[in-house]
Formats: sequence, structure tokens, C-alpha cells
Amino acid sequence: MLFGYHWDTAHGEWAFALSILPMLLRGLLVTLEASVVGFFVAMVLGLILAVLKGARSRIVSWPATFITEFIRDTPLLVQLFFLYYVLPDYGIILPAFLTGALALGIQYSAYTSEVYRAGIEAVEPGQHEAAKALDIPPRRTFTHIVLPQAVPRVIPALGNYLVSIMKDVPVLSVVTVLEMLNVAKIIGDQTFDYLVPLSMVGGLYLILTLVASAIVRFVDVSLPKRGLPLR
Amino acid sequence: MTEPIIAFDKVVKRYGSHIVLDELDFTVAQGEKVTIIGPSGSGKSTVLRILMTLETISGGVIYIGGEPLWHERRNGELAAAGEAHLRKMRTQLGMVFQQFNLFPHMTVLRNLTEAPRTVLGLSKAEAKARAEELLQLVGLTEHANKFPGQLSGGQQQRVGIARALAMRPRIMLFDEPTSALDPELVGEVLNVIRRLAAEHDLTMLLVTHEMRFAREISDRVCFFDKGKIREQGTPDEIFGNPRMDRTKQFLRAVREGE
Repeated sequence: MLFGYHWDTAHGEWAFALSILPMLLRGLLVTLEASVVGFFVAMVLGLILAVLKGARSRIVSWPATFITEFIRDTPLLVQLFFLYYVLPDYGIILPAFLTGALALGIQYSAYTSEVYRAGIEAVEPGQHEAAKALDIPPRRTFTHIVLPQAVPRVIPALGNYLVSIMKDVPVLSVVTVLEMLNVAKIIGDQTFDYLVPLSMVGGLYLILTLVASAIVRFVDVSLPKRGLPLR
Repeated sequence: MTEPIIAFDKVVKRYGSHIVLDELDFTVAQGEKVTIIGPSGSGKSTVLRILMTLETISGGVIYIGGEPLWHERRNGELAAAGEAHLRKMRTQLGMVFQQFNLFPHMTVLRNLTEAPRTVLGLSKAEAKARAEELLQLVGLTEHANKFPGQLSGGQQQRVGIARALAMRPRIMLFDEPTSALDPELVGEVLNVIRRLAAEHDLTMLLVTHEMRFAREISDRVCFFDKGKIREQGTPDEIFGNPRMDRTKQFLRAVREGE
């Protein structure tokens, strides 16, 4: 029994599959939530890192570059363990789900920051020159001229990371998050049938990522090509 | 003679060992319309870009209305200017770019009101009124709410001119304003510049390959080659009766292309 549902092991494979579907869907929901929270963190933190890395002052850009490299070059699992087991020693106790989603977001912020960086650098030099010729201050140029042009261009690339994050969510099972794979494993442990739940996880994952990819593509084609109009 | 509005005093611009401007001396009087012609790589666009503070100088001093552009007077000596000084100086100049460089994510109207509102502190209504007046001047009133991408190249460049004028500069710099345009769109842009030259007391500095146009609107034409002014004079002198062989050679080459 899991989440109040009972599995049916007496009436064959199909009945078994049907009986565990609600449990897996509960797990799928957790997977989805972790992906969305993680992606949100990656989008925001990545942009902050990208801005800091592009700062003219080395005192700002250098640490940001170091942090990005550090995050990117250490395994997600190490970061996850660090957040889950070390932070409580310093009085920061987060629920397993939040810790996991945060770890995903931090890991992927290193990648998204590179994407943002590329998008920011792809804005034509002429845009900076025009802003300068009009005496628009550098900060306003960045927030009102550069970013609105850079962000829409990188959304498709960012979207691809959403799919990657989804596929990394099972890592959270090691800190007891009941995402879909963890649910399947528990079912297997209890019923000694791993084939059916794990196959279903594979199938559900495929549907999940296909749908996510389709959404990313839809967003891509419906984005304004010239940049986001302000007001 | 009154004090020139622009004065280059032995200005040097180097990229590594390559010399773009070679101890250039060059003055422009208030309200004067000056055209710079010359082969590519002669440093003519660099003159405009340095004036707009888009590029630094390697040596010499530039004065705008008697005040150094790239320097500040500190204890009676000239020191490299800080950003505050550059910002103050920049407001006197406006620039029109070869590639227009309009802000593609803003409507035409917003392209024209963005800087007046944020830099000059104009109210929304004031900036809008000023923009509408300028759109009328360049003949684009009905396009105010379109995005640059929805306009032709000629229309975009006219917006570019209006956008620069919205800051009410004393000096307008035109950097090959028609070079990126299809031939049939050149005329409409030149007409706008022509009207500006005729009706306003703006000082205008123009880099162009449109020789007939240069002859028509300029008070003075400067022929640039290898970072120096090789020859200058009235349009009739330069185009009608050039003295230097290098100038004759250049004009012949340009005319063959026309």
C-alpha cells in the first residue's frame, strides 16, 4: 500500500499495472513540481550569474565565473548531499523536496547563465552604440535595450534545460523525495515486480518529455522575433 | 572669426601600430555643413565615432564649443575625462548610423521618446509631443505605433534621424546614412537631410558616398586619405576643380561606379 492505494498482484500484469498507475502519477506530480521549481530557480539565478559575470569590475565578475565553474564541474549528487546533510549543521533545515529542487536549480543555473551570456553578447554592438549616442545610462541600456532583446532569443535554449532538469529529478530519490522513480522502486521492493513499475516510469517519462518539448517548441514559434515590447 | 564649434587639435587615433588619424587638425564652424569624403579606411567614419565618444583617441585634444571633449581641466591641466563629463558633452551631439541601429523591440514612438524621457527627464506628454513633431518632419506620422521591422530601410533611417534630433543636439553626425539602403530608398532619406540642412541652424557633419548630394548641401567638403585631410574647399572647388592628384583619382573612381 502506498499513498492509500493498494496494488493488485492477483489478477495478472495488466491489473497490476492499472492498480499502481495512481501511485506513479502521484510520483509524476512530484517530478513535475520539482522540475518547475528547479527550472524557475535556474532561470532567475542563471540570469543573476550572467549579469555578474558580465560586470566590468573584476571583483564582481571573477567570483561569479568561479562559482559557475564550481557548480558546473561538481556532480549534482555532491551538491545535493551537501545541501541536505551539511546545511542542517548550520541551522538551515529545508524539506527534502525543497532541498532537491534547489540543488537542481543551482546546478542548472550554471548552464542557463552561459545561455543568457551568449544571448546578451549576441545583441548587436550597434544597439549599445545607439544607446550611448543617446546618452542612455549603461544600466538602463542593459535593462531596457539589451535584455529585452536577449531573453526572447534564448528562451528555446533555456527550454531544453527544462527537459534536462526533468530527467535529473530521479536523483532526488536519494534524499527520500518521493518522485516517480522512487515510487516505482518502493513498489518493486514490496511486490518483487520491478519490470512493470519501471517500464511504466520509462513510458510516463517519455510522454512527459515529449509534451515538454512540444511546449518549448510552441513557445519558440510564438515568441516575438524582434524582442519583447515594453509597455 | 568666431570660435569653431568643433576643433581637432593634432588628434591621433591608433589601433596597435595602424594609424587611423594622423595628427589631424580640423575645425567646423557653428551651423556649418561639412561633408567628409574619401576612400574606405581613410579614417572618415572614425572622426564621427570619436566625436560621439564611441571610440577613444590616442593623442591630441578635441574641443566642442571650446570645451575639451575627451579631457577635463583639473588644476589648469588637461586630464582624461570621467564618465560624468563625457555624458555632459555627449548631449550636444546626435548621430545617425549606417545600420540605423533602431531599438527593434520598441515602437517608432518609443524609439523617439525613450532617451528624452530617461535622459532629459521630459514628461510622457512632452516627449510624445516632441516625437510627433519630429515624425511629421520626417514624414512618418502614421507609422508611430509600428515596430522598426515593419518599416522599409528608408523609413527606418528617417526614424533614426528623428530619434537623434529628439535629443535636440547642436551637432548632427551622419555616418554613411544611405549606404545600407536600396538605391530607390536613398532619395527619401537625402530629402530629409536636405530639409534639415536648409531649415535648421544645426551643425552637420556628414560622411557619405553620395557625391552629388554632398555637392548640393555642403558648405565645405573635406577629402580624407590616410588619416589626414588631403584637400578641402567649397563643393565647387573639390568636385569641379580638385587640385590634388589623389583627389582627382578618387573622384574619378567614384564617378565610374555611379
